[in-house]
Amino acid sequence: MREVAIIGVGMNKWGELWNKSLRDVFTEAALLAIDDAGVDHIDSMYVGCMSSGLFVGQEHLSSLLADYLGTNPIPAARIESACASGGLALRLGFIEVASGTSDIVLAGGVEKMTDVAVDGATFALSTAADQEYEVYHGITFPGLYAMMARAHMHKYGTTREQLAQVAVKNHHNGSMNPLAQFPQKVTVENVMKSVMIADPLRILDCSPITDGAAAAILCPMDLAKKITKKPLVKIIGSGNATDTIALHSRDDITEIGSTKVAGEKAFKMAGKKPENIDLAEVHDCFTIAEICVIEALGLVDKGKGGKATEDGLTALDGKIPINTSGGLKSKGHPVGATGVAQVCEVVKQLRGEAGDRQIKGAKVGLTQNMGGSGGSSVVHIMEVV
Amino acid sequence: MVGIIGYGAYIPRNRIKVEEIAKVWGTDANSYRKGLFVEEKSVPSPDQDTITMSVEATHYALKRSGIDPQKIGAVYVGSESHPYAVKPSGTVLAEAIGATPEIHCADYEFACKAGSEAMFVCLELVRSGSMEYALAVGADTSQGAPGDALEYTAAAGAASFIMGKDNLLAEAVETYSFMTDTPDFWRREYQYYPRHASRFTGEPAYFKHIIGAAKGILKKVKLEPKDFKYAVFHQPNGKFPLKVGKLLGFKREQLDTGLLCPWMGNTYSGSSPMGLTAILDEAKPDDLILMVSYGSGAGSDAFVWKVTSRITEVQDKAPKTKEILNNNKNYIEYGTYAKYRGKIRKAE
Amino acid sequence: MPSPRYWREIPQRYRLEASKCKGCGKVFFPPRLVCSSCKSREFEMVKLEREGKLITYTIIRVPPSQFTDQSPYAMGVVELNGGVKILSQIADCNLDKLEIGQKLRIEFRKIYNEGEAGIICYGYKCVPA
Repeated sequence: MREVAIIGVGMNKWGELWNKSLRDVFTEAALLAIDDAGVDHIDSMYVGCMSSGLFVGQEHLSSLLADYLGTNPIPAARIESACASGGLALRLGFIEVASGTSDIVLAGGVEKMTDVAVDGATFALSTAADQEYEVYHGITFPGLYAMMARAHMHKYGTTREQLAQVAVKNHHNGSMNPLAQFPQKVTVENVMKSVMIADPLRILDCSPITDGAAAAILCPMDLAKKITKKPLVKIIGSGNATDTIALHSRDDITEIGSTKVAGEKAFKMAGKKPENIDLAEVHDCFTIAEICVIEALGLVDKGKGGKATEDGLTALDGKIPINTSGGLKSKGHPVGATGVAQVCEVVKQLRGEAGDRQIKGAKVGLTQNMGGSGGSSVVHIMEVV
Repeated sequence: MVGIIGYGAYIPRNRIKVEEIAKVWGTDANSYRKGLFVEEKSVPSPDQDTITMSVEATHYALKRSGIDPQKIGAVYVGSESHPYAVKPSGTVLAEAIGATPEIHCADYEFACKAGSEAMFVCLELVRSGSMEYALAVGADTSQGAPGDALEYTAAAGAASFIMGKDNLLAEAVETYSFMTDTPDFWRREYQYYPRHASRFTGEPAYFKHIIGAAKGILKKVKLEPKDFKYAVFHQPNGKFPLKVGKLLGFKREQLDTGLLCPWMGNTYSGSSPMGLTAILDEAKPDDLILMVSYGSGAGSDAFVWKVTSRITEVQDKAPKTKEILNNNKNYIEYGTYAKYRGKIRKAE
Repeated sequence: MPSPRYWREIPQRYRLEASKCKGCGKVFFPPRLVCSSCKSREFEMVKLEREGKLITYTIIRVPPSQFTDQSPYAMGVVELNGGVKILSQIADCNLDKLEIGQKLRIEFRKIYNEGEAGIICYGYKCVPA
């Protein structure tokens, strides 16, 4: 297996991009990544996208996006694993380079979510849950995570305020990210008084509907040294795992098993332990998700995710900074793009290019991207060399 | 000998008081409370309809019967609020209780008499020997136009009966029917609410047919009102069944047990059948019960039931009708009622 | 929902039919073709118990459009006696009085309408026992 480096990343400003189509949004981010890497071509492409069919009525993204990026006839594949589509696209790009099949691979992600009304977006997102045994009965994603939150509060004594502190922290971080959709800072009181969506989760516990894309350029380490003068970020661990699609089928509603397993695989491959991680970008689609995920990854003890947040352990200046980019909460959550954008942030941090939110001396970073209520997870560990 | 081997009733938990409706239309609540003897009525939740109530009432009937649903030969649902104009309620019910596919299904409609006619046919199918058991349901989420007199009583509920030959808990001693063409209440195709002919619904309609059917069956079985422990008549309001009982020579204590309308409202096809379930909940072996339904258009089915010794074994096997009526009530305001009953015009 | 998709699930939605693995006894709802525990492919049909307890819950205040008439409504993960967990609405409850661990039972309810002219979708809900 060849060692794989990330030599370029690109992400455009996220938000409600009324003037831009899906193909525009993706091509912008892809060109930024290509420019960042300084390459004159790519050999292959993976694009994570959850539901372009339902959001914009367009499938067959492999052809469309390779065409508009001007890279026909390269091989291309659209990857779908709900909200983990981006992370999985990166993993497949990693495997393709590591295997020696291709040299320069673009791994990207895109979602154009605002061309449908809220109802349409709710429906499209709900397809990540079990249509017949969850969605049929009237559940929504806020509802699924709300049930995880309720169970976590009941089992571990996690408080409503601790959930709010996840949002406060991530919006604080996002306020230093010029590409974030909602860079506004929020207070615990703002969160606790925001409109109830699915008890106990309120609107400010939820990640937004976003248009956006992100891309990364991968190549073998040997080649990377020839192409770029920037600090080289190496992918040292990659893990992917699945769990039951239905939340209710799991033994423990508070544990995200797919993240636990994907994390263990990535740590094993990387030869690292949770305490070696300098920062992590995790899938905070809802405030409770961040708490469950940092527990599943072993970054904090089980049941202590809320307390760790309250104590500032996950803040920018904390022991293990989580979501320095602002996370899905503040930066936005164009579902297919999220997993790749997480990698963009870690690469920027490891290169020392993260501006006001830079974690000093960061050497090892982790990304965790998950689909649905945790039915699939992808974890990557990167190290600057 | 044929008769009932299992019975059950179902009533949604929501109630609206007559005062709440009167407040909206600026009418005198007392004229309904005192004049028609109606206090409140049941209201289905948005997730309840004739089919769902029929299924729950039938689960209770099955518990009391103790039979294998696969042995039921017919499922007949009588209602004037079948959820589909075209597509049977009976097949959903039969599927839900596990009685398919060797079964005969039909939906009945005869204004408020649809439930009793299903009972009538089930008894005869069992008597003929063409099937071992037959299931009859009377259920309605009754419609009454906003502001119409019907709105104060149109309620929701279901009664379910399994008929058989053995292990009867009440024997059908006799049946008798009385019909004429009388346009007192109707609903035309594609109309949402029924129309009625006001006071014409009384003497020439309700009273004439119930009295005709009651007198006919009493003559046939050679019994008098005093021979009965209980009598139950169709209950469009609380006043009519008491009045018709009195005219026939029944005393108040014979009528009270089966009288549900003042606190439940008129459950149309479920009305007198549900009254019968409330009587069966309290009846003792050998009690005689007279039941006379009424359906506009118009006609009455009359039944003489004789309770058997098995009744005491089954009464506690499922919730009793008055327990369901009195427990876990949820009083709602007119706005909620209007929303639940689809009376608010919404965007397409 | 297209009719065939609704129709196919009727045994589960109306009667709670599940499959019990002949290899290890694990019960699956809905039924499966292969056991996730022992990999056996032999099953027998069993019906789930109609009583259980509440594991966790939420109150949906921003519902999918076909559930607007019922909003707000409670939903929960319910462990039925025998151990199988399902997700369902909790009907006929007081929304501020739900408690983890409370006893529930199954009732047959309308889940939603396919608009004014489409099919009516039925299934199970839980109500306080």
